[in-house]
Amino acid sequence: MGAVALRKVMPTSPPHPAARREIPVQLPVRRPPPPQWLVAAIACITGLALFTLAWAAIAKYGGRIPDPLTVSAAAAKIFADPFYSKGPNDQGIGWNVLMSLQRVGIGFGLAALVGIPLGFMIGRWKFLSDMAAPIIALLKPVSPLAWLPIGLLIFKAANPAAIYVIFICSLWPMIVNTAVGVRQIPQDYLNVARVLNLSEWKVFTKILFPAVLPYMITGVRLSIGVAWLVIVAAEMLTGGVGIGFWVWDEWNNLKVEHIMIAIFTIGIVGLLLEQALVLLARRFSYG
Amino acid sequence: MDRYLSIEGVHMVFGASKILSGIDLTIRKGEFVTLIGHSGCGKSTLLNLVAGLLKPSAGVLILAEREIAGPGPDRGVVFQNHSLLPWLTCSENVYLAVERVFSDRRRERTRAALELVGLSHAENKYPHQISGGMKQRVGIARALAMEPKVLLLDEPFGALDALTRATLQDELMRIVARTGSTVLMVTHDVDEAVLLSDRVVMMTNGPAARIGELLPVSLPRPRERLALAHDARFMDLRAAVLEFLYRKQAHLKAA
Repeated sequence: MGAVALRKVMPTSPPHPAARREIPVQLPVRRPPPPQWLVAAIACITGLALFTLAWAAIAKYGGRIPDPLTVSAAAAKIFADPFYSKGPNDQGIGWNVLMSLQRVGIGFGLAALVGIPLGFMIGRWKFLSDMAAPIIALLKPVSPLAWLPIGLLIFKAANPAAIYVIFICSLWPMIVNTAVGVRQIPQDYLNVARVLNLSEWKVFTKILFPAVLPYMITGVRLSIGVAWLVIVAAEMLTGGVGIGFWVWDEWNNLKVEHIMIAIFTIGIVGLLLEQALVLLARRFSYG
Repeated sequence: MDRYLSIEGVHMVFGASKILSGIDLTIRKGEFVTLIGHSGCGKSTLLNLVAGLLKPSAGVLILAEREIAGPGPDRGVVFQNHSLLPWLTCSENVYLAVERVFSDRRRERTRAALELVGLSHAENKYPHQISGGMKQRVGIARALAMEPKVLLLDEPFGALDALTRATLQDELMRIVARTGSTVLMVTHDVDEAVLLSDRVVMMTNGPAARIGELLPVSLPRPRERLALAHDARFMDLRAAVLEFLYRKQAHLKAA
């Protein structure tokens, strides 16, 4: 009892001969902590294992959901030949993913072409910014899918309408982030431009553009993320070839394991897009 | 050239507040002048007027017989916070200034400017890879590379630690001796002002700051920091500046 009380008091008491003696005794016993990456890897694997277990349990007691083994067997079959093509309604998962990526690429590219210059102008001139603010504030929270009927009305075809939806949803993050980037340029850099009396072109290429680039990349990252979310839903509605259409098609065929595969494929492609842009952003950050 | 840079009857008003009131100052070619005063006295404003970043509310500023109408490469400015562009290497930062002024031997001039500040080894490094003192040297190299008529320094060593500051002060004296530059420098460091200057311009407290006193510093050059530490004339000059700042201009409104 007395020993326990003493040990409890020691850490807070001022330097005590007994306490000082205790430290070298403990040191050789203590093992070095495991490396950080190992702990992280174990945590990651444990998380995935628990997820799979939960999934298996739901599959077993929850009814119609296929269990992990069935899904991985089906996945092995599907990914054995991802690029087959038997007509427009029956193509490999590879083609479906590529078609979706192509739509995202075109829609997003157009959004960048329009959004980045607009963002620069809105960031540079207050009048334009005040002009654009209510429009952006009004349209930004609208689900991009609400624009789909307008797209179908204008283009009278499913594919350009889907691209148009991607364009709309990518546009706002590009404009807003570029404009914020332009507004954040430190006055110091602009003073440098003034005292060196740089030409407009030099100011743009050597100061404005590099200073705004990290913000633009953030805009690109957000846009691509949203676009990848939206394309699945848009393709479900428009049909054709694409991962979203494929999900809907497999639902009609009641091949639930294929839907599960699609979910993982969409997740992995989204993750890769995100990571690629994080790497790009790191390349262009200074400091 | 007794009136190389002349500031004549300059007033500066921002909105309702008067910053500078009736500043008259002439600087000879090759002279090193420091502006000293308590913070908020408008000494940086005066420097920015010479840089052309601000326009005076009244009065004129004339450099080499031409009125200063805006910023220009004939005035090399070194800012307190170095203001290097982080996406350019040291060499590219200097080159940006060089190519604005010269159409020949640009690489050579860039290299020479970096060598002048002792940074040849760091020419391909980015600003975030070098120390604060080195960044400030690159800033000085950038300003000098344009071969300006006057070098304007806005508390260039204010953000550095005391030892680095001393090294850079010595280096600046050596560079100015070599290039014969005309320098106008803002500082709040009494030792720095006396050590570096040919003349110390002491400014009264704002608002509506004026030039309080002019103190010629006739200590022979080259000046040795250590030798001067025991030099009676140096001590007297230093005391005169301290006297001005802490007795005559002591009434600071909540600093």
